[in-house]
Amino acid sequence: MKKVFTRPECLKRTPFHYCPGCGHSIIHRLVAELIDEMGLRGKAICVPPAGCAVLAYNYFDIDVCESAHGRGCAIATGFKRALPDRFVFTYQGDGDMAAIGTAETIHAANRGEVITSIFVNNAVYGMTGGQMAPTTMLGQKTTTSPFGRRSKVEGFPLRITNLIAQLDGAAYVTRTSVATPAKVMATKKAIKKAFEIQLQGLGYTLVEILSPCPTNWKMTPVESFKYLEERMEKEYPLGVFKDITKD
Amino acid sequence: MDKPEKTMMKGTDAIGEAAIQAGCRCYFGYPITPQNEIPEYMSRRMDEVGGVFLQGESEIASINMVLGAAAAGVRAMTSSSSPGISLKQEGLSFLASLELPAVIVNINRGGPGLGNIAPSQGDYYQATRGGGHGDYRMPVYAPASVQELYDITMKSFDIADLYRTPVMILGDGMMGQIVEPIVMHARPEVDLPPKDYILDGAEGRPSRIVKSLILDVRLMEEHNWKLKRKYDLMRNELPMHEEFMTEDAKMVVVAYGTAARIAKGAVNRVRSNGLKVGLIRPITLWPFPDEAIAGITKRAKVILVFEMSTGQMIDDVRLATQGKVECEFYGRPGGVVAAPQEIARIIERHWLQKEL
Ligand SMILES: Cc1ncc(C[n+]2csc(CCOP(=O)(O)OP(=O)(O)O)c2C)c(N)n1
Ligand code: SF4
Ligand SMILES: [Mg+2]
Repeated sequence: MKKVFTRPECLKRTPFHYCPGCGHSIIHRLVAELIDEMGLRGKAICVPPAGCAVLAYNYFDIDVCESAHGRGCAIATGFKRALPDRFVFTYQGDGDMAAIGTAETIHAANRGEVITSIFVNNAVYGMTGGQMAPTTMLGQKTTTSPFGRRSKVEGFPLRITNLIAQLDGAAYVTRTSVATPAKVMATKKAIKKAFEIQLQGLGYTLVEILSPCPTNWKMTPVESFKYLEERMEKEYPLGVFKDITKD
Repeated sequence: MDKPEKTMMKGTDAIGEAAIQAGCRCYFGYPITPQNEIPEYMSRRMDEVGGVFLQGESEIASINMVLGAAAAGVRAMTSSSSPGISLKQEGLSFLASLELPAVIVNINRGGPGLGNIAPSQGDYYQATRGGGHGDYRMPVYAPASVQELYDITMKSFDIADLYRTPVMILGDGMMGQIVEPIVMHARPEVDLPPKDYILDGAEGRPSRIVKSLILDVRLMEEHNWKLKRKYDLMRNELPMHEEFMTEDAKMVVVAYGTAARIAKGAVNRVRSNGLKVGLIRPITLWPFPDEAIAGITKRAKVILVFEMSTGQMIDDVRLATQGKVECEFYGRPGGVVAAPQEIARIIERHWLQKEL
């Protein structure tokens, strides 16, 4: 009998703690599948965030180093500089990546650190209970923008991925979504490409993934996937913003 | 280095060279006066020895780069001065909890705030009380000569590995800038535990986790007690101090680092006038040399604490002496460096007032 579906080897037999419908579960699986398929387990080092994915080490059966909130890219830099032939990636939320960790992120990208960042944008602070994120959209209600984000008061949503695409050190910068199965597959392709470019040593690679947080969006999983596609993808257009293997 | 020979060396260079000789192969730091000569030295030397020098975008980034390199199993260090050390406190707390070895140099400058770039000892509390959050301690060394800067920097890497802890070297602008003859001896042999915790890819072994998040309060409590047992061990094994003319002393000055050098000059002066005064110089600020300080109470009648601050180490002196002897204080905060004559006058005044 042919096996058509199985648990990736580098996912531990621990059930995810993520809420039903959460994008983190999907993205974890994609990353784990690729580590298996690309034979990276023996050289991989993962730096998860402070955020809902803080417990990534409970799931990924690879070497994992915790980070203080936002410091992932600096820690990953330390790893990669110390061990240049290893495969190093950060896994970060929007608050981690684009608010408290903006400096670490931008400078790692600008130095062309040969690391990959998996950036899960759900437009809220999931872990701490749904506060406003740098990526929260205008009009979007959160627990700290109860009237909906207003540009005059809370400023504009930050498209950090587009910003990073401008940097010379960035090798591959893309934004994908997990709104539909086809988009999930496209996300997997994008992560694979980023991993390959890291293995070629070409520079910093970033995959921003638009991802639902049904709990803090106060929606059912089905509603949240709809919102993701209809609202978030408008605010954050999908696409490849930089690919030095093509440009 | 077969035959030890004397070389003239600047304090900051001695720190850098000792680190290189100790096998430090990753340096991360952000410029700040008065310690820029350390990153400058390391940028040249790391290139020569095939190590990593990287100027981080901030002190926060730099300490986290150190954390990554330390978790990867490479000897790593950073250096900064007071405002930059404040920014590293989050990282220090993480290093302590994750039990990762690292060496952090603070060339203390005048403060608080932006302060100035003159030598100061205002960061004593921050260094010895765990300036970061949580219930942790960290060995803190206060060298007082270029030779000692060299020796202690070298030793710090072993202490860091031995106890799996961040170690701080607390100097000041004077210590960094001074040029003195030193002997650059090779690193002494030290039995170190295997680095079985490092993350270098799980090839042929189970995967590993380096983390400090412990949500179960009982397990977190246990982690704290485990750290405490380690700190108790350090308290037993690490204290270092120097005694100078204390055998017959009726008054003992307690001072560290640059202040101790000044105090030594003062003690020499008053001795030539027949005053029986000695000096105790703590070399470790944490763990504090309690026993040595307590020992004075059996001999001397008065202790004079001299610090280049408004009085911080004096708390530790008082704890060690438990009120058994009078403790006087003299301080010059804000970057002022007193001359030995000034301290000699203070000693003489107390000598007369106390009718010693
Ligand atoms: C220095 C510091 N500040 C604040 C926090 C609290 N905190 C933890 S995660 C987080 C935000 C998480 O949001 P995000 O990065 O978007 O990740 P998500 O949970 O949404 O995946 C915050 C504010 C912290 N752990 N450390
Ligand atoms: S709070 Fe949001 S991001 Fe966090 S696990 Fe739940 S759905 Fe996912
Ligand atoms: Mg988020």
